[in-house]
Amino acid sequence: MDNRINTLFRNKKNEVLSVYFTAGFPKLDDTLKILRSLQWAGVDMVEIGIPFSDPVADGPVIQESNKKALDNGMTLKNLFSQLEDFRKNIKIPVVLMGYFNTIFQFGVESFCRQCAETGIDGVIIPDLPAGEFISKYKPLFDRNNIKNIFMITPQTSDERIKMFDSVSDGFLYVVSSSKTTGTNLISDDFSKRYFEKIKKIKLSNPTMVGFGIHDKESFEIASKYANGAIIGSAYIKAIAETKTFRNTTTEFIYKIRPKAN
Amino acid sequence: MNYFVDESGYYGDFGGAYIPEMLYPNVETLRQRYLEIINAPDFKKELDDLLRDYVGRPSPLYLATRLSEHYKTNIYLKREDLNHTGSHKINNTLGQILLAKRLNKTRIIAETGAGQHGVATATVCALMGLKCVVYMGKIDMERQAVNVQRMRMLGAEVIPALSGSQTLKDATNEALRDWINNPVDTHYIIGSVVGPHPYPDMVARFQSIISKEIRSQLEEKTGRSTPDYVLACVGGGSNAAGAFYHFLDDENVKLIAAEAAGKGVETGLSAATCALGKPGVLHGSKIIVIQTEDGQIVEPYSISAGLDYPGIGPFHSNLYKTGRAKFISITDEQALKAGYRLTLTEGIIPALESAHALAVLDTMKFKPSDVLVINLSGRGDKDLETYFKNEVKI
Ligand SMILES: Cc1ncc(COP(=O)(O)O)c(C=O)c1O
Repeated sequence: MDNRINTLFRNKKNEVLSVYFTAGFPKLDDTLKILRSLQWAGVDMVEIGIPFSDPVADGPVIQESNKKALDNGMTLKNLFSQLEDFRKNIKIPVVLMGYFNTIFQFGVESFCRQCAETGIDGVIIPDLPAGEFISKYKPLFDRNNIKNIFMITPQTSDERIKMFDSVSDGFLYVVSSSKTTGTNLISDDFSKRYFEKIKKIKLSNPTMVGFGIHDKESFEIASKYANGAIIGSAYIKAIAETKTFRNTTTEFIYKIRPKAN
Repeated sequence: MNYFVDESGYYGDFGGAYIPEMLYPNVETLRQRYLEIINAPDFKKELDDLLRDYVGRPSPLYLATRLSEHYKTNIYLKREDLNHTGSHKINNTLGQILLAKRLNKTRIIAETGAGQHGVATATVCALMGLKCVVYMGKIDMERQAVNVQRMRMLGAEVIPALSGSQTLKDATNEALRDWINNPVDTHYIIGSVVGPHPYPDMVARFQSIISKEIRSQLEEKTGRSTPDYVLACVGGGSNAAGAFYHFLDDENVKLIAAEAAGKGVETGLSAATCALGKPGVLHGSKIIVIQTEDGQIVEPYSISAGLDYPGIGPFHSNLYKTGRAKFISITDEQALKAGYRLTLTEGIIPALESAHALAVLDTMKFKPSDVLVINLSGRGDKDLETYFKNEVKI
């Protein structure tokens, strides 16, 4: 079933820009302000991180934003109540990204239902294995029209990439290098060869490159091989101290993808 | 009832491999190859020879006469404290380093709490000439300073884990992140029966030599191969898994696991997983773990760095759920007292972790005819300062 993610990629094939931020950071109630500024700055899609105490796939910047968000009192319940009416203003696709335990405790079924009710389009759960997802949870996600986004890394075999492609209908998240988030290695030859390899596989899903995208150059390299890219740590750093999300966000986004685009 | 791992990596409801895709290739390779590698005759021979000549196995099964008199029952101590490097941890690190070599890995990483697993890993890396990096919570580096020096002397790089509570859980996070960042040349030697499948099963197999020896030693000493009770402390659960392993199917053998209650189960300063936890996912598997309603992992507390972990591995989570093992919470105070008691009655200073297993003697009643085996997982050298600071009069 079509949702905002499918519509986005149908209408836009290049330089799709998605931005990640952690819910509850820098302040507990910043979620809607940040969402609005990102949409205002022309971002195509947003990923909202559900904070977790033990984010093993994340580097220092996102670890810190997770910790701060939890100290601020952020919970998944709280996030859903902040998002209750967000679709009145926000039209772009929104994806939730979180580690499995917070979702498991919430109850996977209620989680999917709440996502559908508030208007969430997809989820990224880095530590939920594909086998587990397919055998236990896929019907729940499908019934609520929530896209589960799989990650691909330089070590993922072609066969496995094709398997992810065949069970997905949203986009595939291409992790730029074998690193935790926030490491900047995007422009080396190894990454390029890996991106080329993925491009050659001719996937049926759109691809977005993430991890280490932090400026215009890395965004453009990623966009050459994929439909677009995802920025996380760099944006978290940019808003850590700010008081005016709109100014900081537009300035940050325009530096990466000038306005004309 | 089956207490061992099933085809899909589960122990009942617990286990699995909940890992980010970045770790999938390494964990999948392990899963496909571990049994074939560790069951190969050349592997077995190399491991057996090293366990005998380098570690000093079999470790003695010692009838603690004066301790038995005090508690009016029959207490045997399985002396893992006498192993090279002072604990059971080396049974696993030796096995895993031989496996890492067969997987052509050149760099080893490990997490450590008390430093015993770190020392055991640094030791086998020195033995095999492999590069070794150990992650250790900053707080643990302070309370186990001597072990930090030992690891460095053995040529390991010790990196402080500065996130979270700066203890074992956070050291494990850092080691997992290192593995994500170094997927090709590195093998992660996990120190307990935790982590994604196949780690819990692999580590349990390497530690199972403990109960294999207990069976034959007990038979030799008493004419019966099964005791009435086996007792062990549980951090992640590797020494207990090793001590229970070959008795799991003898349902008449009662299995007792001691978990660390810290200042007391209700004080908020505790690591008593079964008393306080519920099913959740941490460090790659579904386990019982102490957490908030929102699914955030709660920082544990125990005087013993090796038990200061918010979960128990899937093997034990299932033993708890099925009732096959009984879990008993032991406070810091009870453990210290039991440590002093063993020291004064038998002349053996136990590791604070092992002292938790000994403290069960003060909380349960045993018959004069009962035969108990307590797994003395480690020696107390690393804990002397804590013992001195918290002297208990017996
Ligand atoms: C002597 C000793 N016993 C027990 C433990 C707890 O670990 P496990 O539950 O894996 O045996 C440790 C961990 O550091 C230890 O050093």
